[in-house]
Amino acid sequence: MEFFRNVNVDWMGKAKYFVALSLLLLAVGWFSILRNGGLRYGIDFRGGTLVYVRFSGPAPIDQIRKGLQAAGLPNSSIQSISDNVLNGNSQNDVVIGIEKKGEGDEALDASKQAILDVLHKTFGTANTAGKQDFNSITPSSLAAYLTQKDPLSLSTNAGDRYNQIAQRLTDARDKEHGGIVTNFDDLRNVDGATPSVLAALKDGFALDNFTIRDVEVVGPKVGAQLRRQAILATLYALAGMLLYIAFRFEWVYGAAAVIAVFHDVLITLGFFSIFHFEISLTVIAALLTLVGYSMNDTIVIFDRVREDLRLMRREPFAQVVNKAINQTLSRTILTSGLTFLTVLVLFLMGGEVLRAFSFAMVVGVVVGTYSSFGIAAPIVVLWNKYRGQGTAARAGSAADKRVVAAARR
Amino acid sequence: MNSQLRWKFIFIAAVILFCIYGLIGVPTFPTSSAQVKQNLSDRIKLGLDLKGGSHLVLQVQVDEAIGQRCDQAVDQITKQVHEKNISVGEIRRVDDTHILVRNVDPNTSGAFRDLVSNQFTDWTLAPAAGETNGYMLGMKPSIVADIRRDTMDEALETITRRINALGLTEPTIAFTGRGENEILVELPGEGDPTRAKSVIQAGGQLELNRVADEQTFPSESAALAAHGGVLPPGAEIVVGKAESTQAGQSPQPVYYILDRAPIITGQDLRGATPAPSSNYPGQYEVRFQLSTASAARFGPFTEANIGHRMAIVLDHKVYTAPVINGRIEDSGIIEGNFSQESAQDLSLVLKAGALPASIKYLEERTVGPSLGADSIREGVRASIGSIIVVMIFLVIYYRLSGVNAVVALALNLLILLAFMAYAGAVLTLPGIAGVILTIGMGVDSNVLVFERIREELRSGKAPASAVAVGFDRAFLTIIDTHVTTIVSAVFLFLFGTGPVRGFAVTLVIGLLSNVFTSIYVSRAIFDWHLSRMDRQAELSI
Repeated sequence: MEFFRNVNVDWMGKAKYFVALSLLLLAVGWFSILRNGGLRYGIDFRGGTLVYVRFSGPAPIDQIRKGLQAAGLPNSSIQSISDNVLNGNSQNDVVIGIEKKGEGDEALDASKQAILDVLHKTFGTANTAGKQDFNSITPSSLAAYLTQKDPLSLSTNAGDRYNQIAQRLTDARDKEHGGIVTNFDDLRNVDGATPSVLAALKDGFALDNFTIRDVEVVGPKVGAQLRRQAILATLYALAGMLLYIAFRFEWVYGAAAVIAVFHDVLITLGFFSIFHFEISLTVIAALLTLVGYSMNDTIVIFDRVREDLRLMRREPFAQVVNKAINQTLSRTILTSGLTFLTVLVLFLMGGEVLRAFSFAMVVGVVVGTYSSFGIAAPIVVLWNKYRGQGTAARAGSAADKRVVAAARR
Repeated sequence: MNSQLRWKFIFIAAVILFCIYGLIGVPTFPTSSAQVKQNLSDRIKLGLDLKGGSHLVLQVQVDEAIGQRCDQAVDQITKQVHEKNISVGEIRRVDDTHILVRNVDPNTSGAFRDLVSNQFTDWTLAPAAGETNGYMLGMKPSIVADIRRDTMDEALETITRRINALGLTEPTIAFTGRGENEILVELPGEGDPTRAKSVIQAGGQLELNRVADEQTFPSESAALAAHGGVLPPGAEIVVGKAESTQAGQSPQPVYYILDRAPIITGQDLRGATPAPSSNYPGQYEVRFQLSTASAARFGPFTEANIGHRMAIVLDHKVYTAPVINGRIEDSGIIEGNFSQESAQDLSLVLKAGALPASIKYLEERTVGPSLGADSIREGVRASIGSIIVVMIFLVIYYRLSGVNAVVALALNLLILLAFMAYAGAVLTLPGIAGVILTIGMGVDSNVLVFERIREELRSGKAPASAVAVGFDRAFLTIIDTHVTTIVSAVFLFLFGTGPVRGFAVTLVIGLLSNVFTSIYVSRAIFDWHLSRMDRQAELSI
C-alpha cells in the first residue's frame, strides 16, 4: 500500500502563500489574545484557588453562586466542565475558582476554606446529622472507624481485615461510582461488605451529594516564579537545539528551525485564546512536546536537503529543497497523520485533565508539520538567495564554501 | 542464521528478559497473575496527579531565626555592658542582621570593643555612619549562612517527625531545590490535607513561665499603666488564648505579665499524651511529662512558689495560668478546650519538637482519589487505543515490515517502562506527554527507514542492499532528530521544575530506547528475514 509516489510540487514557489497564511493565523490568534487582555493563565501561573467539585446529579450552579455571594465571595468564577467531549451533556462537574491578586498566601488558604464551607453549608447533609461524610473519607480513617466499631466481631487480625475492607470500599467508591456513592446499598457487592458492615457505615456516616475532586491553591509569588522558570527552561532548550543544528548543518538551518518552532508555539497560543483554554503547567509540557515534534519534522527535511545537495550540485537551491520535501512527503504525511490520530483520540476520550494538553497537541501537530516546509525551508532558501548563492553548488556544506572562498581569491 | 545475527538476537532477548523481570519479577518472583499485577503496580510509581494525594510547598521563614539570634545578641550585650560598667546610650536591633549601639562613652569604648571582639565573635564591629561614638554590629555572612542551613535542616527534621507521627502512608518530605527555603511535602492518597497542614504549621513552642503579676489586664496598655509605664525587670506582656468562657459571648482578650525567662521549655519534655479532661467533661487535655533533669529544677521551683500562678505558654499565647497548689515533680497539664483530635495533634507536635521558624504555605494541590483514578483510566485507555490504531495501520500499510515496526514499538514501550521502574522514576501526566512524543518519534523512525527502503527498491536495488542502504541513510536522520530532542530535554531537566522535569526524564529514556529498537532491533529482524528468503523474492514492505 502506498499513498504518494513521485510527487512533484513546487513548494518553494508557494512560499509566499505559506507566509501569508502564517501571518493570518498569527494575526487572528493574537488579536484574540489582545482582545481577551492577554493570555489566560491557569491557576499554576496566576496564583489563586481552584476547587473542582462533582455532584451526584446536575450541578446546581445557581445555588452555588448564591451561596458564594452570601459568604462574601462574589469574585468567584463557576465553570461547568464535562468529563468527556463525546459525552458533553454530563453537567455534574463544576470548577469554582477565586483569584486573589496581590494578597498574601494566608488569604488564598482562607478562600479555599471558604469555598469548602459554602459547599458544606449549602449541600452538606453529613455535618448537620453529626456524621462524617462517607464520600470524602480516606481509607485509613474508614479503617480506624471500622476497627473501633468492629461490626464483624473479629477477635484476631481485626486491623488488617478492616484495612482491607476499607480499601475495597473506598476503591469501589472512587473507581466504580466516580467518587460519589448515593446509597450505601450500592456497595453491597464489594467483597467484605456484609450487611453488618453496611449497617455500621449507615450508622456512622452520611452521604453528601458532592465530592471534592481536586483542590489547587497557588500563591501569586509562586505562580510568577513557575512562569518564569518554565519560560527560561524552554528558551534554554531552544538555544540548545539551535546550537546542535548549527553544529550539524549550518547556523541558518538552526535559526530557521527555531524560528519555525517559535511560530508554532505562537500560533498554538493563539488557538488557546480563541477556544478559551488556559495555560497550565501541563500545557507547557504539551507545548514542549510540540516543539520536539516540529523540530523533528524540520530536521528530517533538512537532512534530506543536505543529502541531495551533494547529488544536485548544479540545480537551483530552491529546487533541491523542493525535491527533499517531495521525497520525504510520504513520511511526513504518514507520521503526522498517525500522531494526529493519537492526540485526537486523547483529546476526545482522554478526560478533563488531559483536555487542554491534547488540544495543544492537536493544533501543534498540524502547525508543526506545516511549518517545516512552509516556514523553516523557505527561510533557508531566502537566506541563500539573499547571499546571492542561488545554486546548490555554492550553498553546500561549510567545506564547499571554503572551496568557493578560495576560488574567489 | 549467521553467528553475528545470532548474537544480536541473544542480546535482544536478554534485554527483553531484563525488562520484563524489572517490571514484574521484583520484589518477589510472581507465582500468580494477581502477584504479577501487584508487582507491576508497585514498580510503576505514579505521580500524585495520577494517583491522588496532596502536594504542599511550604516556605520556612528563615529570617525569623536570624532575627531571633540578633535579639538574643542584643539581650546578651545589654547584660554584659551593664556588668562591665560600660556606658552606652542605646542598644537596638536595626534589622535581622545588624545591631546599633549608640553613644558609647569614649572612656569605655576600648572596653566595649574588647567585649565585642572577645565574646561576640559572630559579629563584625564598625563605627556607625553618621553617629559620633556609635557602633554598628553586623552578623558575619558565614554565620548567617550557617543559621539558614541549620534552620532549614531542623525544620525538615521536625516536619518529618510530625508527619511520620501522623501515620500517613509513604510521605515525601524534601527540599524543593526550586526557590529559597522551600520544603516539599507529598502525601499520597490524602484527599483532605487540612489536618496535616495544621500539624505541620503548628509552632509547638511550649514554655512554662512564672507569672510576675497576679492580675490580668484587658489590654497591653492597661498592663503597662498598672506598672507606671515600666515593666518589672525581666518581665514581658503575653496575650492569653482568646476564647469565650460563655456561649454566645465574643471572647475578651486577656493580657498577662510574665517572667521573660521560662522555667521549662519544650525541650525539657519527655512525653505528651492526650486524655479526657478531668475538669471539663467532654473536652480533652494534653498531659506532659518532664525529663529527669528538668524535674529536678521544677520540683524546687513549684515548692518555692506555692500560691503563685504559673503560665503555660504555647506559641507565645498563654493557654492557662493555674495557681500552684503544691510541689509538682515532673508532669503538667495543658487545658484549652481541645477536641480529641486537636489534643492528639498537640501532643504529637510537642513530642516532635518546635519549629525553628514559622512556615507559610506557598502551594497546595490535592487531587482527589476518584479524579486520579479517572485520569489513569481515561489516559491509559486513550493511549492504548490510539497505539493499537497506529499499529494496525502500520501493518496494513507496510504489511510484514509493519509487523516489524509493531515489534519495535512494543519493545520501545517495554524498555521505557522497565527503565522507569529500575530508576524509580515517577510517571506523571507530563510524563505521559513524554511517552506520547516517544511513540510519535518511534513511529517516525520506522516510517523513515521503510520509506527509504521503498525508495531504494524503486530505484532498482535488490532487497538486501535496499535494506542496508535504507538503514544507513535513515540512521543519520534518526540520530540528528533524536540528539536534537535529547539536547533540549537535558536543558529542560536542568532548568525546569517538577512537571517539566518529569516530561524530560521520560522523553530521554524513551528516545534512547527508540534508537535501540528502531535501528538495532528492527535491522536484526530484517536481516533475519532476508537471510531466510530467496535473494530475488520481493520484500514485503
